[in-house]
Amino acid sequence: MGAGQRINLQGNHACALGAIAAGCRFYAGYPITPSSDVAERMALELPKVGGVFIQMEDEIASMGAIIGASMGGAKVMTATSGPGFSLKQENLGYACMVEVPCVIVDVMRGGPSTGMPTRPAQGDIMQARWGTHGDHPIVVLAPSSVSEAFSETIRAFNIAETLRTPVVLLYDEVVGHLVETVQVPDPGSVARAERKWATGAREAFQPYAATDDDIPAMARPGDGYRCHATGLTHGERGLPTQNPAEVERAMQRLLGKLERHRDVIDRFETFAAEDAEILVVAIGITARAAKRAVAEARRQGIAAGLFRPVTLWPFPEQPFRALAERAKAILVPEMNAGQLSLEIERLSGRPAKVARINRLSGEPIEPAEILKTIEELARHGR
Amino acid sequence: MAAEGIDEFDIRDYLRTELLPHFMCPGCGHGIALRALLWAVHEERIAKDQLAIVTGIGCSGRVGGYIDANTFHVTHGRPLTFATGLALARPDLEVVVITGDGDCLAIGGNHLIHACRRNLRMTCLMLNNEIYGMTGGQVSPTTSEARLTTTTPYGNAEPTFDACGLAAAAGAGLVGRGMTLQTVALKNLIREALAYRGFSFVEILSDCTEIFGRKNDLGSSPEMILRQKGSMRPDFYGNTVEHPFRPNNLTTGIIARNERPEYGDTYRSEVLAPHGHGGAAAGVSAPVE
Repeated sequence: MGAGQRINLQGNHACALGAIAAGCRFYAGYPITPSSDVAERMALELPKVGGVFIQMEDEIASMGAIIGASMGGAKVMTATSGPGFSLKQENLGYACMVEVPCVIVDVMRGGPSTGMPTRPAQGDIMQARWGTHGDHPIVVLAPSSVSEAFSETIRAFNIAETLRTPVVLLYDEVVGHLVETVQVPDPGSVARAERKWATGAREAFQPYAATDDDIPAMARPGDGYRCHATGLTHGERGLPTQNPAEVERAMQRLLGKLERHRDVIDRFETFAAEDAEILVVAIGITARAAKRAVAEARRQGIAAGLFRPVTLWPFPEQPFRALAERAKAILVPEMNAGQLSLEIERLSGRPAKVARINRLSGEPIEPAEILKTIEELARHGR
Repeated sequence: MAAEGIDEFDIRDYLRTELLPHFMCPGCGHGIALRALLWAVHEERIAKDQLAIVTGIGCSGRVGGYIDANTFHVTHGRPLTFATGLALARPDLEVVVITGDGDCLAIGGNHLIHACRRNLRMTCLMLNNEIYGMTGGQVSPTTSEARLTTTTPYGNAEPTFDACGLAAAAGAGLVGRGMTLQTVALKNLIREALAYRGFSFVEILSDCTEIFGRKNDLGSSPEMILRQKGSMRPDFYGNTVEHPFRPNNLTTGIIARNERPEYGDTYRSEVLAPHGHGGAAAGVSAPVE
C-alpha cells in the first residue's frame, strides 16, 4: 500500500471505502440500521469510479441483484443487519452453490427479530456460518477496528474473487459506528485479486471442472462460452444432475474448496498468548476490551493472553488448538448467549475449562468485567 | 417462411440439443412459448453469445436450460432481481427473464412491481399455466375461480390476478399478452418486447394439460389450446360483473405502453456522466485480460 492519507472515519464508511479500493463496482442494498451508512457512502462514491449503486425493493432483491451483477463480471457488495441478513440467506446459499464471488456485510445489532436496532450485539456468529440451508462453504471475516473495517473489506473481496465464494464481513454496531483515524492508501496501490476467467477452447470448457486447485474458471457472459448456472446440484458441465457419484464428487469439491486454501483464508491475532495460562478468545469490539484486560492482568503478574480470530469461519483451528492445549482456562466474552464459546469448547479438547461472559443487554462488555473474570480464573482455576 | 433477409429459423440452432428430449409433459404449452421466444430471437438477429436468460423455479424455470445461450437458473421468485443486477452491470447483454405465474406473481410479486416501476431494459415473459405444476398442481394466483387443484379440492374461492393490468399500472414500458394458440402472433409480440428499450412484460397463456387439465376435465391439449379462443373464465362461479379482474374475453397483443426513459440510460446520463463515466453501453464488470 502507498503512503495515502490519514483520515477520521466511522467503521461503516471505512468498509465502503475499502470496497471501492478493492474494485467493487456494483452495490445493491436496502436500508437497515445500523448498516445504512455503508449504502449511503457507496451511493456517494460508486458513481465517481463509474460503478452502479441501486437501492432495491427489499433485502432479498439486493442479494439477487449483486449475484446477477457478479455473474455479469462485476465485483459486488451488499450490507445489512440481522433481520436483513436472515432474508438474504436463500440467495446467499445460491451464491455458495453456483460459486459466485460476492461480499455481504452484516453489522450486528440486538436480536432476535427487530431486537435493538441501534444497540450492538454479536448474535449472528452462528447465522453467518449456518444461515442458509444445507452444507455449504462460507468465509466470514470479523474486523474489530475501523482500520480493519477498511483492510478486511479489501481482503473479503480478494478472497471472494480468488476462491469464487461469497464472503461475509461480520462486525458489531460499535465497530460500525466507531470513529477512528485510518491510514487510507492511495487509490491504485491496493493489491486486488482478479477472478479466474474462462479462456481457451469454448467447446471443451466445463464451468465446474474439477481443476487442480478446486476453483473452476468462471465464464463471462458474452465471451462465447454460453454456460448454464443453476442452484440445482450440477456436474462439471454445470447441468443439473442426480447421478449419485457425480453429486458426491461435486459436493466434496465444493465443501473441500476452502479447506484447501487455508493459506488465503486464515488470519488471527495473538497478544501475550504464547505462554498464556488463561486464554481469552474474542472478536469485534469485545476483543478490544479483552486485549486491554489481558494487558492489565499481565501487569498484575497473571499469565493471560488473547486469541482473536480475524477470519471467524472457517475457524483458524490449528493455531488455536496449539494455544488452547497449553492454557489452564479459556475465557470467551461475547455479546450473545454463547455462540463462539460453542466452537471454542469443541476445539479446546476439554470443554470444562471454557468459561463464558455473555451479554444480552445491548451494552458492550467492559475491560474491567473481563479482567475481573481473569483474576477469578487465576485464583480459583477452572 | 423466413422474414425478409433472414435465414430460415431452425429451432435446433438455439437449443442445447444434447439435452433433448426435454422434461416437459406431453401437451405442455411451455415448449410452444420457448419456440416463439427463440424464433423472435432469431428474427431480431440477437447473437446467442449476447443472450442472457434468467429463470426462476418451477416448470417455467426449467425452460431456460434448453437454450444455447448464457442461462441462469436462479432462486424461486427472484429472477427479476438477478436480471436487474445483470442488466445494470452489463447493458450490452440482451436480458430475458422467463418466469411463471407463481414465480412472478406470488413469491416474486414485489419484484415485478418494482421492475415495472424502474423500467430497466429487459424482457419478462410470464408463462401463465394457472398452476404450480412442478410441485404437483397447487392453486396459483392466476388459477381461475372454481377450478380444482390439490390445494383447492372444493374449488378455488380466490379471485385471480390480472398480471398485465398490474404491470401496466406499475409503469412497465411495454405490456402485452399472447397465447400459445397463436404462435406467429406470439412470436411477433415477443419481437416487439425484445426490441423495446425499457422493461417489457409479456404474459403468455400456456396450458398445463397433464396436471391442471386432467384435474378439471379440460380435455386433451388441442382442446385446451382451442379454449384460449374463448373465455378463460369459467361461468359457473359468481357473476362476471363482480370480478372485473378477469374479463370474459382476454385481450391479446400490446395492451399498454408507458413511454418513459429507460432506467439504465437515465442512471448513466444523470448519475455517471457528471463524474465523467457512463457511455451509452458502459458496464461495470472488469475487463477480461
